[in-house]
Amino acid sequence: MAITKDRIALTGNEAIALAMKQINPDVCAAYPITPATEIMQIFASYVADGAVDTELVAVESEHSAMSATIGACAAGARSMTATSSQGLALMWEMLYIAAGLRLPIVMPMVNRALSAPINIHCDHSDSMGARDSGWIQINSENSQEAYDNLIQAMRISEHPDVLLPSMVTFDGFIISHCMEPVETYSNEAIQEFIGAYKAPYALLDIDNPITVGAIDFHDFYFEHRRALAEPMLNTVIPVVEEIGREFGKKFGRTYELFETYKLDDAEVAIVVLGSTAGTAKVVIDELRAKGVKAGMLKIRLYRPFPYAQVAEVLKNVKAVAVLDRSDGLAGFGGPVFGEIRSALYDLPKRPITTNYVYGLGGRDVTLAHIASVYNDLLAIVSEGAPQNLVNYLGVRE
Amino acid sequence: MATVANKLPGWKDLPIGGLIEKPGTSEAYKTGDWRSDRPIWDAEKCIDCKICWMYCPDSSIKLSAEGKVDGIDYMHCKGCGICAEECPKKVNAITMHPESEFHGEK
Repeated sequence: MAITKDRIALTGNEAIALAMKQINPDVCAAYPITPATEIMQIFASYVADGAVDTELVAVESEHSAMSATIGACAAGARSMTATSSQGLALMWEMLYIAAGLRLPIVMPMVNRALSAPINIHCDHSDSMGARDSGWIQINSENSQEAYDNLIQAMRISEHPDVLLPSMVTFDGFIISHCMEPVETYSNEAIQEFIGAYKAPYALLDIDNPITVGAIDFHDFYFEHRRALAEPMLNTVIPVVEEIGREFGKKFGRTYELFETYKLDDAEVAIVVLGSTAGTAKVVIDELRAKGVKAGMLKIRLYRPFPYAQVAEVLKNVKAVAVLDRSDGLAGFGGPVFGEIRSALYDLPKRPITTNYVYGLGGRDVTLAHIASVYNDLLAIVSEGAPQNLVNYLGVRE
Repeated sequence: MATVANKLPGWKDLPIGGLIEKPGTSEAYKTGDWRSDRPIWDAEKCIDCKICWMYCPDSSIKLSAEGKVDGIDYMHCKGCGICAEECPKKVNAITMHPESEFHGEK
């Protein structure tokens, strides 16, 4: 039977709120923060209208939002929340607990810069800071991908071989507040796809009492952390691939670990996350028309990072520019740069790499910016090395 | 230490997420090996006033079936010395001794 689809104009936040309505979780606990506020504001109206069965918990901070979500999930409920920037930062210690307890919480995360200075606009500093917390991270280029990724994240997180929390990220304001056509599916089709929730364990199962969150010392902590690493090492990636294919069969859009754009025969390529990929595709088309073999790798799954698969698609490129929308302040460029350099290290013949930190605090990235990166890459290919390993794209000198 | 560690389960054999598949398990957890000073109870001197039992923060003063003070639970006693401190000075039925004096004996 064909799946009913509607094509409607939605902002990223509206698309995500709609997806959450269609997922119909048992519990949501949330606290407002720009630019994610609208998600729970719209969702709260669904609760008030009786359009969902969700218990909505209005809490006093993001620390409490994640704590309540963890509590609900440990009780056996399908649980969600949403946040951004400082809100994610305030959730910090609870993020690690959600992962350590293996609770399949799914959270839309709208990318916004971190203070100081205070800024409400897009960069990826927030989610990049949480990259080692044990959460799966799935990035979205646009509202359609955010909508589709959120639905898939339910299946990925709740998969018995995974059982880890997921954050689905999309760019603040650029996507969260930008209206564009989104293909949506019926509630029934989404419910059929995500299926009934089966909790890994439940505190409310009073016939089988358990202890959750007990203390571990040197005798057990290491073993529990090793067990936590296992899905990240071995099972999440094949599950993400499997769910992406299944989603494609049902809804017509297949998702992979990443998207390649004209990368097969590319001599110069950029690696990018999020909405900038759309800008880059326009530049690549223009360069291709001029005979330049330009390509792009857009990372979708950032945690766990698909090192081997990334190396495979970049192995024949001569020079790669990694675009980081956050500065790792590591003295060696942004976090994506480190991942890509590491992924390429084992290749017998490695592409030359260079890093561009760009777009911090919502600084616009234009076609000209991206074109200048490709120009630099062409110079790097002819000269054999980059002038600077780490560059700041679009900053005033 | 190595032989003890080898008897514990490996990471593949543990329940998910640090879960303990039954409640009230802290009693089974041996905390007595944190102790650096050991309380020694003298049954001859003890007047069974139960002040030590009331003050012990780890419920490590044992009572007999008849409800009389009946020694120390060394599996849980962490050696804080509160029992010895609170035992009336004229009675002095509990005294603290460095663990090194016992050469690892139970």
